[in-house]
Amino acid sequence: MTASRRLAHARQLGTVLGLVVLSGVLWAMTPHFLTVPNLLNVAQQTSINAIVAIGMTFVIISGGIDLSVGSIVALSGVVLGLALQNRVLLPFALALGLGTGLACGLANGALVSWGRLPPFIVTLGTMSIARGAALVATEGRPISGFDPAFRSFATGHVAGIPSPIVATIVMYAIAHIVLTRTTFGRYVYAIGGNEEATRLSGVSVRLHKTMIYAVSGLVSAVAAVILTARLNSAQPIAGMMYELDAIAATVIGGTSLMGGEGTLAGTLVGALIMGVLRNGLNLLGVSSFLQQIVIGAVIIFAVLVDTVLKRHRT
Amino acid sequence: MRPPVLEMCGIRKSFPGVVALDGVDLSLQAGEVHVLLGENGAGKSTLMKILSGAYRKDAGDILMNGVPAGIQDPGDALAHGIRVIYQELSLIPHLSVAENIFLGAAPTTFGVLIDWRQLHDRAARLLSDLGMEIAPATPLHRLSLAQRQMVEIAKALATQAAVLVMDEPTSALTSREVDQLFALIGRLTARGVAIVYITHRLDEVYRIGHRVTVLRDGRHVTTRLLSDVTVAELVRLMANREVGEHFPRVRTTPGTELLRVEGVGRRPLLSDITFRLHAGEILGVGGLLGSGRTELARVLAGVDRPDTGRIHVDGEAVDFRTAADAIAHRIGLLPEDRKAQGFVGGFTIERNIALPHARQLAPYGFLPAQCEARLAAPLVKELHIKGTSTQPVRLLSGGNQQKVVLGKWLAGHARIFIFDEPTRGVDVGAKVEIYHLMNRLTAAGAGIIMISSELPELLGMSDRLIVMHRGRIRAEFTSADATEERVLTAALGLAS
Repeated sequence: MTASRRLAHARQLGTVLGLVVLSGVLWAMTPHFLTVPNLLNVAQQTSINAIVAIGMTFVIISGGIDLSVGSIVALSGVVLGLALQNRVLLPFALALGLGTGLACGLANGALVSWGRLPPFIVTLGTMSIARGAALVATEGRPISGFDPAFRSFATGHVAGIPSPIVATIVMYAIAHIVLTRTTFGRYVYAIGGNEEATRLSGVSVRLHKTMIYAVSGLVSAVAAVILTARLNSAQPIAGMMYELDAIAATVIGGTSLMGGEGTLAGTLVGALIMGVLRNGLNLLGVSSFLQQIVIGAVIIFAVLVDTVLKRHRT
Repeated sequence: MRPPVLEMCGIRKSFPGVVALDGVDLSLQAGEVHVLLGENGAGKSTLMKILSGAYRKDAGDILMNGVPAGIQDPGDALAHGIRVIYQELSLIPHLSVAENIFLGAAPTTFGVLIDWRQLHDRAARLLSDLGMEIAPATPLHRLSLAQRQMVEIAKALATQAAVLVMDEPTSALTSREVDQLFALIGRLTARGVAIVYITHRLDEVYRIGHRVTVLRDGRHVTTRLLSDVTVAELVRLMANREVGEHFPRVRTTPGTELLRVEGVGRRPLLSDITFRLHAGEILGVGGLLGSGRTELARVLAGVDRPDTGRIHVDGEAVDFRTAADAIAHRIGLLPEDRKAQGFVGGFTIERNIALPHARQLAPYGFLPAQCEARLAAPLVKELHIKGTSTQPVRLLSGGNQQKVVLGKWLAGHARIFIFDEPTRGVDVGAKVEIYHLMNRLTAAGAGIIMISSELPELLGMSDRLIVMHRGRIRAEFTSADATEERVLTAALGLAS
């Protein structure tokens, strides 16, 4: 194994180790942490952020950023909620909700690729537009009360495991295969690693960039379905700050903001670290104000470790 | 007689694998315009970088007014009154002329607030002193390129300057702007500033220069008064060299026509390019930096679209919209800047080689296990690429990186190869290996367009040669009648 491979592995192991140590500390401090109900609770609470972070990982590996995911969660949820409220059949309502996320992602991608605008600006704009659209469509009020068939997306179980957890695992499995075994996945890394060389290799960088942002929009809409079902309510103010949680999970998981490298396994562990940390701090009775400080410190620490490792590499 | 303002004696500098400067001397008198001549790679830039403190010399002495000047970094050079005007200007577009001139040294009140009135007054005085009609408050981006250059010079002279180095200052100027610049140079020398003037335009040299120093292959060739030397002599001095290097070109009889380019142009850098490339042939493309060589390569590789003209591949008219179209016609570009354009540094050898072919390898979008390795393995062996299958290409040597880029195109059975500076940043042993590879490609029926700044390489490896100057083909030679002198004369745009 080469030195850089070893380091990449060390980085992955480091993240996993961080999660294990963190869990151990929490277990020692509060025995309730390591109980099945609590762990299932953590996993369920993590699932939304973990799903949104899938798209974020694609985008960040390709060298971009997507600030609009939280607002896309809200808008997709609202469209879904309005459809259900107006007695649209469930499959069509789902299609409308998911289609909304996909359309937002396509718009982001098209503006980044063909409009040649910086992703930061485009998705910042979409973040505001989608949020505004969600508020306009609902006049700022939540839409509540859906039938049990829909709510089972969040409350149901598959083989005894809560369905949001199953959904998360399935989506990570699919996304992992896409990222590592398909040409699309290869191009995601190639574009992030060297966009110009990729273009000169005959790859349509514009098309694939558009697809990358579309993936991000679509998985955000999937997260919206689960969130709406769990809350039994579609809220235009849902998904606030989700973009920051997703970016945090991605970078804690070892994906470089410079693009070209990163793994979904890392992102999943990153999302779990954030979920476990929040849960543990809650169990310990740490105020939510103080929690924000701790989480911020963890993000900076994780990236610091990454940067130090890279400095040794070159 | 007073000692020279600046004396550089026996300057040596080597980089891994090359001796860039081998005992070079240069001396400057106050009020002199000293022209520095040499081909690309002769050592002019390295010498000036040592003078400006950007590089450290390995050996030799630098004296200012007869006193040793220990120049270790750019700060020392500035303190000694040495100013360099680079080709890429270093001004900030959205600041005013006055702010640019005093950037980092603005007059202040209480040490924190910028004293705007004083800033503008001083800038105005400086500009009028230098005979420049530019308002200090104008934002820089509103100025023409020539005016920006004037501001750059004003900035260099805002503090006491003894030596001013100008690297190809006229390359982007119109003839009227050149007149203005030369008038300014006249005023500067009248005040005793010594100027080192680097250029490729030999016609200018006689208008403003007093003495000339010619460098070749990192060595000092001669220093003469310009009144004692003719243009033809200068060209010969720049080009003439011992035939020490080895070019193992194995010529083959040219076969069928692979590529025909007719009247291709792309504003503003390329016009009316016409040539043919046959199977088994290496067509050399000479010319100086900025002559349009790289632009030609980009058009042929489908990266940029031409405005005019036609391109035929295998006798069939083609219209490349993207690089993918050119690749589909089996054209492969080995770009000048490999790191930025040739490969993905974080990818392994096999992933880089497979990148242009991923779509063919994965019929339904799924890459079968090991398909990239299977595609790359025979090429890694054939090209003798040294590196492990898990090693990122970033960590390979320049020669091996070049072979990876070549492997990308060989994997797609390319027949037309465009090598832009094929051996830049490649050590001597790997150079010869790349020449052998070119021989094997042409023996197998491929055609090669080889763009190069190195005259020996161009003459040693090409079967035919075209020389570009300001976006046009200036001359065409067969390998038999090409000489360094004739190629250089054409590249410089001189009448032959």
